[in-house]
Amino acid sequence: MAKKIKIIVAKPGLDGHDRGAKLLARIFAEEGMEVVYTGLRQTPEMIVAAAEQEDADVVGLSSLSGVHNYFFPRVVELLKDKGLNDVLVVGGGIIPVEDYDFLQKSGVKAIFGPGTPTMEIVNFIKSNARAR
Amino acid sequence: MKRDYAKEILAGSPQAVARLISWLEDEDERAYSIMEELYPHTGRAYVIGITGSPGAGKSTLTDKLIRIMRKGGLTVGVVAVDPSSPFTGGALLGDRIRMSDHSTDPEVYIRSMATRGFLGGMAKATCDVVKVLDAFGKDIIIIETVGVGQDEVDIVGLADTTCVVLVPGLGDVIQSMKAGVMEIADVYVVNKADRDGADQLNMEVNARIEQDIHIKMSGWVPPVNKTIAVDNVGMQDLWESILKHRAFLEESGRLVEKRRKQTYQETLRMIHNELFRLIRDQLSEDGRLDRLVEEILERKRDPYSTMREILSEWLDSTPKYKEAL
Repeated sequence: MAKKIKIIVAKPGLDGHDRGAKLLARIFAEEGMEVVYTGLRQTPEMIVAAAEQEDADVVGLSSLSGVHNYFFPRVVELLKDKGLNDVLVVGGGIIPVEDYDFLQKSGVKAIFGPGTPTMEIVNFIKSNARAR
Repeated sequence: MKRDYAKEILAGSPQAVARLISWLEDEDERAYSIMEELYPHTGRAYVIGITGSPGAGKSTLTDKLIRIMRKGGLTVGVVAVDPSSPFTGGALLGDRIRMSDHSTDPEVYIRSMATRGFLGGMAKATCDVVKVLDAFGKDIIIIETVGVGQDEVDIVGLADTTCVVLVPGLGDVIQSMKAGVMEIADVYVVNKADRDGADQLNMEVNARIEQDIHIKMSGWVPPVNKTIAVDNVGMQDLWESILKHRAFLEESGRLVEKRRKQTYQETLRMIHNELFRLIRDQLSEDGRLDRLVEEILERKRDPYSTMREILSEWLDSTPKYKEAL
């Protein structure tokens, strides 16, 4: 049985705009990944608990409402606290380009803004997800 | 240093559990020696199956049942199965959405699984995952099957109590008379009971139960519970029905009997799977299987004698495979 990439797709915070997250969840599944969609209004603790229980290789965070500078680094931090250092964290949504540097320095490996070709995201995940 | 996964799991590490489950799903050889060590620590947990058609409310019911169990101080493991795509092999696993309330409760462990082409309503490794969660110390393990149609009934081979979730509006009385899923319930749930047709459905299910000779002989009449899971209505009664069934199984000695049957089936299935895997891997290795298929397609040979030929070869060369075990 071939190993499959397992990815959590989550919307942290109170932001209710999940169209992008749902679309990407479908695209990841169509690319052969096993996608756990956690739904809306997730705290970083909930996302990290899901990643731990599901043995996720990747956590994909989506944000529209401007809370990324708090939530994304917090997820990375909680993963590290649990020793889950090899989980790839990526983010996307409406995120000002000025914030990319800060987010990447805090451990979010890539940020995908509006208009990113979906295959670019898929390929990044496929080539950067851990082996287990 | 090599990690001792069995020891970590018995000591309560969720990460060790998570990794072992991934290896079981991948049929990774590393899983089996750990399972051997865990097996003596299994058999304690009570296993509840939740099955029913897509959208019947299985995840929501599971969520509300977890709430009741946790109030009673019970620890819970959940295995939630969703289908893999037959075309891409990928899967969208959405059962956690309804169980968000419990995601940070350390006494609740939820694991989503994709079927990966396995039929019957579950994933191939589901029975192994139940054992892992059992050894991990969970009191109750809930298996939520994929949304099933009429004939995905493998859950009975794994659950102590099987709940079949029905919703109004999916068919006439003949549907409730058919064989398959409708037969396997230890407890029936008529969910979304505020909808039109709920009373009718309730009546039909009760009529089915009354007419069922098999049920009459079994000594257990499956109760029919009306619920509106999303509003948390009827959940306590449902839980009590499950507890009553458990008491019936334990007091009548049926639980032991049920588990004997399950172990019998499981042992045979494991031997079957491993034999199949060994022969398949060997045949695929040098492209021989592809060549055989071509010859069969061209009618140069037939699949029946091919099967016999391969088995006889395999039996002659078995000492070679002994090492692989």
